[in-house]
Amino acid sequence: MTENKILLEIKGLHASVGDKEILRGIDLTVREGETHAIMGPNGSGKSTLSAVLAGRDSYTVTAGEVTFNGRDILGLTPEERSFEGLFLSFQYPIEIPGVTNVNFMRTAVNEHRRHKGLEPLNAADFLKLMRSRMEIVEMNPSFSSRGVNVGFSGGEKKRNEIFQMAMLEPRLAILDETDSGLDVDALRIVATGVNKLKRPDNAAIVITHYQRLLDYIVPDVVHVLYKGRIIKTAGKELAREIEERGYDWIING
Amino acid sequence: MSEKDDILKNIGSAEYKHGFETQVEQEFIPKGLNEDIIRLISEKKGEPQWLLDFRLKAYRKWLTMKMPTWAHLDIPEIDFQDIIYFAAPKKATEKKEIDPELMATFDKLGIPLHERSVLAGTAVDAVFDSVSVKTTFRESLAEKGIIFCSFSEAVRDYPDLVRKYLASVVPIGDNYYAALNSAVFSDGSFCYIPKGVHCPMELSSYFRINARGTGQFERTLIVADEGSYVSYLEGCTAPMRDENQLHAAVVEIVVLDNAEVKYSTVQNWYPGDAQGRGGIFNFVTKRGICKGVNSKLFWTQVETGSAITWKYPSTILKGDNSVSEFYSVAVTNNYQQADTGTKMIHIGRNTHSRIISKGISAGHSQNSYRGLVKILPGAENARNYSQCDSLLLGDKCGAHTFPVVENQNPTAITEHEATTSKISEDQLFYCRQRGIPEESAVGLIIGGYTKEVINKLPMEFAVEAQKLLEVSLEGSVG
Repeated sequence: MTENKILLEIKGLHASVGDKEILRGIDLTVREGETHAIMGPNGSGKSTLSAVLAGRDSYTVTAGEVTFNGRDILGLTPEERSFEGLFLSFQYPIEIPGVTNVNFMRTAVNEHRRHKGLEPLNAADFLKLMRSRMEIVEMNPSFSSRGVNVGFSGGEKKRNEIFQMAMLEPRLAILDETDSGLDVDALRIVATGVNKLKRPDNAAIVITHYQRLLDYIVPDVVHVLYKGRIIKTAGKELAREIEERGYDWIING
Repeated sequence: MSEKDDILKNIGSAEYKHGFETQVEQEFIPKGLNEDIIRLISEKKGEPQWLLDFRLKAYRKWLTMKMPTWAHLDIPEIDFQDIIYFAAPKKATEKKEIDPELMATFDKLGIPLHERSVLAGTAVDAVFDSVSVKTTFRESLAEKGIIFCSFSEAVRDYPDLVRKYLASVVPIGDNYYAALNSAVFSDGSFCYIPKGVHCPMELSSYFRINARGTGQFERTLIVADEGSYVSYLEGCTAPMRDENQLHAAVVEIVVLDNAEVKYSTVQNWYPGDAQGRGGIFNFVTKRGICKGVNSKLFWTQVETGSAITWKYPSTILKGDNSVSEFYSVAVTNNYQQADTGTKMIHIGRNTHSRIISKGISAGHSQNSYRGLVKILPGAENARNYSQCDSLLLGDKCGAHTFPVVENQNPTAITEHEATTSKISEDQLFYCRQRGIPEESAVGLIIGGYTKEVINKLPMEFAVEAQKLLEVSLEGSVG
């Protein structure tokens, strides 16, 4: 079998906040069609990695390179990375009072279209698209007219993230602890939504603490991140082993 | 000037889209202020003796008064002898036909004066410097008994109405700028809605300052008779100049039994450049009285322009069960200063008022909310709710709130809430991750913050106001 095209390639990535180095040499290759899980104890750098990939400027990249779709993205702004097809599902989705979900997504989708040289979608087409994508995560249409994440429950916020992902159709989705704060039903709905969006030419990185999400979103590869480095990479069975034995045997092994 | 200064200047002022000057032949009176000047203005306008007496009385009162200094504003000295108090385009005063040049000017400002235009649902009184050049839809409104005309015409054609209500809400000696206006006011709009008439279209006044070295002193009087309704909107712009120009207006509104008036303002006077040079001094007195039972007065203002704004649209709630609301967005950027808010004076029983104020400060600007809620002893069961929010963009600007509540009736209830916030890094990053660039993200977040107020504006103007907010704050983040 010939290997799929490389989508994301991280080489020797170091990043800091102020004087504190958090990522200390990450190497990771994600190919089209793949799902990678990143696990690891608290404070190992998982959320930092996702924020650095998305271009958050509170982190400083001190060494290494990141190519996405064959393009060096470290010099790009967050919105340019979004246009390239990188999507981050936030661990704690942000509230924007007074801005409706419709208005927010319409602005985002039309910015993406403008970047591609396309005309903005008209209101009717946009609403049709929005409704069909909301169905993917079983969101009630009434959420369209509510303020972005304002007054949403934990589960509703995460569904809203996956809905936004469905609207933007990214090449690479980074799901940062999408399972945190979800009950079993919400977890199933969110995970099913992610699976429905899977295509041969896109990929996902799933950051999680727990096996239970990976029961639904089955990874091809599982990585363990510890103290800013990937210390173990294996198949999906590694997640179950971690669930049973914890991390100590890997860290000390 | 170095190239860099040039670029800075462009950033600060390039987006003020109404900064052009119209080349028309204008008639000026000599600059300066004295009784002869006032007589000359009155004569130019062919006024009756009673109005000249009114002006002279106001002028003599003004001479005894001092410029107010209590506002949180740094106002440079104003030389009142260095201002031209009357300027009018020559053709407008000579002929009945409107000068095509003026027609083109208002077209360019988005206020077409043809009745079959985009703003077909709105009647406009267009004021250019000291005169009203055109009032649209007068005839069709007159069929319903509605009077909508320039103030000068009202003095000529409806002197009894004008005499009855002029200065009945803002007395000539009310404050320094009101006294000045009462002495020298030139034109403005007059509006009377008869008993039981629901005005079928939006009425509006558009004020344009054009001439250099002048001030604009317009006077607006709106009377809503029993059971009537009107929605009124005013807009304003001025050319970009390095000089400061004074705009001191008076607006009076009288609302009788069971009548309702909505008064909306989109204030877009030239704000000055990025270094704080030029711009309009906007010192305005606006006050309405809910005179009758069950009367209602709603103020909505979007203030983005002017170098300095001193303005407190207020309501006297005299009639029992009367209601008033004040919804405001005030934006200051660069070196702009604004001290704005409202007064709600509760006199009648069961009177209700609501104040929603949203301040946005950016650049080196200073933005103050000043409010007075006064409940007199007879105002049984009066209610007030006030909410004052301030949003800061950057760390060189200031936001201040000066809310005062004087409650003299134990059955009255007042509530006050205030917040101060900044646009968070998290919000910006979230928007940008979704592909919304920083400037648009700021626009979006500001839009959300001000929505409650903008939604109160008539539809066509809400869209315009939204754009104006975004333009006013361009370049203020990052």
